[in-house]
Amino acid sequence: MIHSLFLINSAGDIFLEKHWKSVVGRSVCDYFFEAQEKAGEPENVPPVISTPHHYLINIFRDRIFFVSVIQTEVPPLFVIEFLHRVAETFQDYFGECSESTIKDNVVIVYELLEEMLDNGFPLATESNILKELIKPPTILRSMVNTITGSSNVGATLPTGQLSTIPWRRAGVKYTNNEAYFDAIEEIDAIIDKSGSTVCAEIQGVIDACVKLTGMPDLTLSFMNPRLLDDVSFHPCVRFKRWESERVLSFIPPDGSFRLMSYHVSAQNLVAIPIYVKQNISFFESGSSGRLDITLGPKQTMGKQVEGLTVTMHMPKVLLSVNLTATQGTHKFDPVTKVLVWDIGKLNPQKLPNLKGSLSVQSGAPKPEENPTLNIDFKIQQLAISGLKVSRLDMYGEKYKPFKGVKYITKAGRFQVRT
Amino acid sequence: MSNSLSYNDQGGPDTAVEVGQETTQTSPAAGAFGLFSTDFKKNDDLKEMLESNKESVKLEAMKRIVELIAKGKNVPELFPSVVKNVASKNIELKKLVYVYLVRYAEEQQDLALLSISTFQRALKDSNQLIRASALRVLSSIRVPIIVPIMMLAIQEAATDLSPYVRKTAAHAIQKLYSLDPEKKEQLIDIIEKLLKDKSTLVAGSVVMAFEEVCPDRIDLIHKNFRKLCGLLVDVEEWGQVVIMNMLTRYARTQFTSPWKEGALFDGNNAQAFYDSEEERKENSSSEHVYVMDPDHRLLLRSTKQLLQSRNTAVVMSVAQLYWHLAPKHEVSIVSKSLVRLLRSHREVQYIVLQNIATMSIQRKGMFEPFMKSFYVRSTDATHIKTLKLEILTNMANEANISTILREFQTYVKSQDKVFAAATVQAIGRCATNITDVADTCLNGLVLLLSNRDETVVAESVVVIKKLLQTQPTQHSDIIKHMAKLFDNITVPMARASIIWLIGEYCEHVPKIAPDVLRKMAKTFTSEEDIVKLQTVNLAAKLYLTNAKQTKLLTQYILNLGKYDQNYDIRDRTRFIRQLIVPNEKSGPLAKYARRILLAPKPAPVLESAFKERDRFQLGTLSHTLNTKAVGYLQLSDWPAVAPDQSVRNVEVAEIKESTVPSLEKKRSSKAKKFYSDSEEEEEDGGSQGNSSDDSKSSGSSEASTSGSESEEEEETSSQSGSGSSEEESEQSSDRSNSDSRKKKKKTLERKKKPKKESSGSDSDEEKDHGKGDASSEDSSSSSSDEYTSDSESDSGVPPEKSSKPKAKVVPETKKEITLLDLDDFAPEPAVSTKSSVISPSLLSDLDGLSLSSTPSAIQVSPLDFVPVSHELLHRMTGKGLAAKYHYPRQPCIYGNSMVAVQLSLTNSSERTLEDLHFGERSGQNIHGFTSIESLEPGASVSVSMGIDFKDSTQAANFQLCTKDDQFSVSITPAVGELLLPVTMMEQDFVKEQGKLLGMNETSATITVTPENASTDSVSRKVVTVANLGMVPSDQDTVLRFAAKLASSGVLVLVSVELNTSTAQLRINTEKTVIGSMLLRDLKTALA
Repeated sequence: MIHSLFLINSAGDIFLEKHWKSVVGRSVCDYFFEAQEKAGEPENVPPVISTPHHYLINIFRDRIFFVSVIQTEVPPLFVIEFLHRVAETFQDYFGECSESTIKDNVVIVYELLEEMLDNGFPLATESNILKELIKPPTILRSMVNTITGSSNVGATLPTGQLSTIPWRRAGVKYTNNEAYFDAIEEIDAIIDKSGSTVCAEIQGVIDACVKLTGMPDLTLSFMNPRLLDDVSFHPCVRFKRWESERVLSFIPPDGSFRLMSYHVSAQNLVAIPIYVKQNISFFESGSSGRLDITLGPKQTMGKQVEGLTVTMHMPKVLLSVNLTATQGTHKFDPVTKVLVWDIGKLNPQKLPNLKGSLSVQSGAPKPEENPTLNIDFKIQQLAISGLKVSRLDMYGEKYKPFKGVKYITKAGRFQVRT
Repeated sequence: MSNSLSYNDQGGPDTAVEVGQETTQTSPAAGAFGLFSTDFKKNDDLKEMLESNKESVKLEAMKRIVELIAKGKNVPELFPSVVKNVASKNIELKKLVYVYLVRYAEEQQDLALLSISTFQRALKDSNQLIRASALRVLSSIRVPIIVPIMMLAIQEAATDLSPYVRKTAAHAIQKLYSLDPEKKEQLIDIIEKLLKDKSTLVAGSVVMAFEEVCPDRIDLIHKNFRKLCGLLVDVEEWGQVVIMNMLTRYARTQFTSPWKEGALFDGNNAQAFYDSEEERKENSSSEHVYVMDPDHRLLLRSTKQLLQSRNTAVVMSVAQLYWHLAPKHEVSIVSKSLVRLLRSHREVQYIVLQNIATMSIQRKGMFEPFMKSFYVRSTDATHIKTLKLEILTNMANEANISTILREFQTYVKSQDKVFAAATVQAIGRCATNITDVADTCLNGLVLLLSNRDETVVAESVVVIKKLLQTQPTQHSDIIKHMAKLFDNITVPMARASIIWLIGEYCEHVPKIAPDVLRKMAKTFTSEEDIVKLQTVNLAAKLYLTNAKQTKLLTQYILNLGKYDQNYDIRDRTRFIRQLIVPNEKSGPLAKYARRILLAPKPAPVLESAFKERDRFQLGTLSHTLNTKAVGYLQLSDWPAVAPDQSVRNVEVAEIKESTVPSLEKKRSSKAKKFYSDSEEEEEDGGSQGNSSDDSKSSGSSEASTSGSESEEEEETSSQSGSGSSEEESEQSSDRSNSDSRKKKKKTLERKKKPKKESSGSDSDEEKDHGKGDASSEDSSSSSSDEYTSDSESDSGVPPEKSSKPKAKVVPETKKEITLLDLDDFAPEPAVSTKSSVISPSLLSDLDGLSLSSTPSAIQVSPLDFVPVSHELLHRMTGKGLAAKYHYPRQPCIYGNSMVAVQLSLTNSSERTLEDLHFGERSGQNIHGFTSIESLEPGASVSVSMGIDFKDSTQAANFQLCTKDDQFSVSITPAVGELLLPVTMMEQDFVKEQGKLLGMNETSATITVTPENASTDSVSRKVVTVANLGMVPSDQDTVLRFAAKLASSGVLVLVSVELNTSTAQLRINTEKTVIGSMLLRDLKTALA
């Protein structure tokens, strides 16, 4: 399946290569560079590139291209999903997935890659299993290792690998037993010029951080599970129970994981927490334009809207801006033509406003389309869909864990067309 | 030191010499890397480090070497020094050596051989991880000489006890095959063996090996088909993808097409797809009935829940499986999940959108409910945008076109000009496909001609040209308009298109055409080739229609063309001249010049680029690239007649079927087997739901609805949307009959409650089978209604239920903000059940009735069981009232989840006790007995009550009251009494047990005295301890018992394996607490 993997940074240097079958020369990446050049933006590089003898499937993540070399037919999503899993594992191990962390930990990276694939077929991708095989680096451990000469590599097969619950390792012990759940919902919306909603939907995830001793068997139930239209689960969730009772019953992995992601049924009307009044115009004559944006709360369910940011990709002909904001800071990058207005908290009494003039390259025609407003915000303690966790029960262990649920609503891909 | 010793052991003096040679050879080679001279120096000290005595120094050296390899630097010269450490005790060092070895073994084959014996030894290690990794490395060394050794190692590992090692063996098969394809036959034998493996760990890898080595040996799959379907859910994600892709191919060779005859046509004929819905309705009556092979259904059923996987590749695999295998009306269940994937990473979106694009061409309706998910965002990458556009265009129909066009209007203005141009094309396609909006689109496109961006204008011109060809007469003003714009348009393709249009329809614009030609004559030399060609064409056409005005111009242009640099233009000019200018040399063709040049031309068809994609299996690399990739395996067409389906029968499963004579019956009985199993599970799930529900009141009735719902869903899936065809109802009735038999126990209990009798649609079924037919038809018809109105056919009960606790909780959530402790939500103590309202006398009547009319489905424990009485209230403390209780081990009449308890009350005092009644209870849900008016001295009475212990051994506390006294008593149940026996066949037992492995299993070995070792005494003891149902078995030494927990319905499986002096006790259940408690009790009883 996966023959080789090359990691390429944004400057076009191959800084890591790994082969699972015979060695494939670096020159194969030339086809990738060619495609990259043609695409311009890194986002526009086609994920699947065909070369005379190989196929290159790549992902672009954290400013690194993961380019895998394929020789025979394989479902492309299989490879893409795996590459993302690799990136997530790096993130899990090193805190972030970046060129420098990978370079610093190249030996561990290599050991990981060796365990994750055998002959190009995934062998162990569960982070729990991997962590038992290869311990993540910590300062303390590396010091101990240099003194005692012990190693980071486990000598026995992780228990998870053989059991029917590979995501949990045996013999977990905590002094404080706690289980936290974050219900995070994102609003994806397109608002048109006039302020009416073109489309809006809510996507949510429940991320869990479970630190419980032993083999707890948890049951999480919702007040209103019928809200959830389409769900996908961590493999630990018993699907049968969900189908019959609409409760999440599972033996959790140890540590942080994504329990489920869901889509709120389309029938429910989506509450849009903010409104935008905007007026952007470029004058036909004279190389200038005007911009006036006001934001205000709409359906916030009485909660505070925070972390409000407006990002606009301005037309290429725009030279500079002369704007004043009543609240927050704004920044225009003349190279990328991106205008960012960082507002912060939305104060319903005093609505934030950004106003001023735009100057356009002289002689250039008036831009055809006004820039789209990408809006980002966060509302704490609110699940916009109204989803509520009703209870969490634990079976199988005697102690009483500390349990908590947190709700957050965020803007997902929230765009206002102008 | 041990390393070098072992090294000398195997090598001997010869190899030492060889090593020396090798190093001398490689060092100048390394020196040749002029650029890396510093590296070379570094490598020198690496060599010393590797020879060092200290493990840590060696490790440091290896780490640096691996770093070099990772960077792509070549360090083959260290091979001899590295390979010595292959037997190191330090695991990390060893692993790094493995990395090095695998990387360079191919280049240094002779030296690599030195390490082989180390691996051979490691293959016999007691640690499974070491065995596995030795096999991994051994098989990764691509040295042809060791093929026989690899072969042996794989054969051995394939029978290893550890599934992990067997998995590695499956991977090694592929490696060996690529090294030496001639070993194919031997490898196939191993694959065959591993395919029989029951471990979920092995399944994915061996199927992968199968796909790579012998994908055509479909016959190996037959016997394993059902097992693979069963295991699929528990296989790791990557294996699921591979297995599903293989099974898709398999199914296409083994089952007949589920697509109705009317819909059986070549896949490219899109029109037929749109018609098929209606057609099918008309034809359904006349068609010969199609019966889906139960195995085919099994495959679809066992993959369906994987749509909920977090792994996008798995979801895509299910989607393609449904697309290629499921009946047309069932395919649409995948669309929701595919749309969900669009939230994932950019690359995932790209692949998923491509597949949706292909699907949406054939089935417009499939994704229509999700249209808005395909709206383009300005932040999408260009290739994502164009794919979304493609899908929106495919989806367009009369109903939604206005919405789509409104969206397109926004896109046309996009800053991304490539995308804007693609939108123009999309508008063109909409216009040709939907005639109603053709005019609107055309007008819109004309407006775009004044767009400032050239690419957009050019694209518009080209699209308008194509559109006008379909109805040229009405649009002479558009042509005029375009002629006016001509001067401003610089894109060659657009200019050429306009000239062609004017030429083609010069009769509609007689005044303008010559003028355009005049302008072109002026600029001819500076035009692009494509424009020149069209100018020559225009000149020729005008010459034929309007020779008077244009003769000179034409000649001028033809002269210019004659000396053009481009040979195409010269050639064309020569041809045109001969054709149109009459002279003595002109051949017979000249007569037909007019007919040749001005022939009416068919309008081009604007089609999707994804039209042809469906020749490839969805989700494959070939589909993405739209060319056949290396190793692509074509899906075969459905066979006209299904091959023998009995090939998939596995010996165990056959027992049931062999008794049924005719084929038709055989099918239905198989269906019975498949469906009833899972239905029973669903059924169980339903009753579980009721037990864990907070509000008990609606619990029991909900159980019955949810039960029938699961059945209904079933039916809708087997029932084609076109109404019930005969065989389906037959099948479904068969099914419901069979499961009614299986569920008798439950129905029975339901029947006791008059209230439920009306609610459960299936409760009548078991009265007689004739009626069963009718009721299942009822339920199916009602379900199809539900299906159309609401895809999720849940009843409205859950929200009602939840509304009550919600109201309670709201204030609390306000109080506690970020972290609200879930304990706050603990439900109020359960209120007494509704069923308690029914007077127990009525209940007991019903009880007798139902018990006598139908044979009990529960095999109540063997007759030799004598219930043990426990003291509840001593006569001293009870002031003369004594109470004892025992468990009658009968299904409780008061509630499904309750345990029946028989109380015997004795009056041992001198006076008559009056008004014995049930007092306060706490905690558990307890159904008391009716009050007894009086109890004479010395008399005793026995009453029954029900307690829901909620599957825990916590005591149930309540009060026994007489007229003047109250006595608090409590019943602490033994864990064995929380169970209700379940009848089960042996194979079902084994199957269920297989699902409950790992931590769901508790086991113990106990020594038994010889007199206790007989099966009879053991089974008697087991049954005494716990309320278990015996599973009939043909093995003498293994006793199996099955039960379920009264409250949650969770299965508890107990098996006792008797050896001469020991007994192996295994308990499998999801409730591990119960399992361990039961184990303890059984241990004490048996020891």
